[in-house]
Amino acid sequence: MGITDTIRTKLTDVFAPDHLEVIDDSARHEGHAGHRPGGETHFIVKIVAAEFAGLSRVERQRRVYAVLAHELRAHIHALQVEVKAPGEP
Amino acid sequence: MPNVHDQIAEAIAANDVVVYMKGTPVFPQCGFSAAVVDVLTRLGVKFKAFDVLADADLRQGIKEFANWPTIPQLYVKGEFIGGCDIVREMYASGELKELLAEKGVATVDA
Repeated sequence: MGITDTIRTKLTDVFAPDHLEVIDDSARHEGHAGHRPGGETHFIVKIVAAEFAGLSRVERQRRVYAVLAHELRAHIHALQVEVKAPGEP
Repeated sequence: MPNVHDQIAEAIAANDVVVYMKGTPVFPQCGFSAAVVDVLTRLGVKFKAFDVLADADLRQGIKEFANWPTIPQLYVKGEFIGGCDIVREMYASGELKELLAEKGVATVDA
């Protein structure tokens, strides 16, 4: 399973999100630090889940990071995250 | 790495606005670090920057200090505010300017 699928699976299992997008943004960073041939180094995650309601931005993102701790250490060079609770603009 | 944590605690106590970044404000080595510098520059905020690429202990230590695994990191008056995504969101919504004003940090209207 590639990193993109791993990210999607882990976030789905933990947060049961209403909406989830996992975008491999690596191609845009070709030639930059951290890029590897084959991509899967730079990601954008957009997630909407009930668990995030009432939490600060920092706490929301910490929860996403916690689920992806292994991937962040081993594989992911950069991860952009957009975390929302249902109903937020 | 208690020494690094002490250094960080001292730095964020001694400076109103601190950025831990890759590279320097003039020569950022990462687009996300550059984006945070850009926001602070637009707001006309004076800040102190530390280049984690120049110090491996700091690079690891700052992640532990904030319980935040990525760089850049922004601190205002000793408080961890967030990384690039949060800083950009808060800038776009006007919240970052409000927060700086609440904490008594001078900004310049652009």
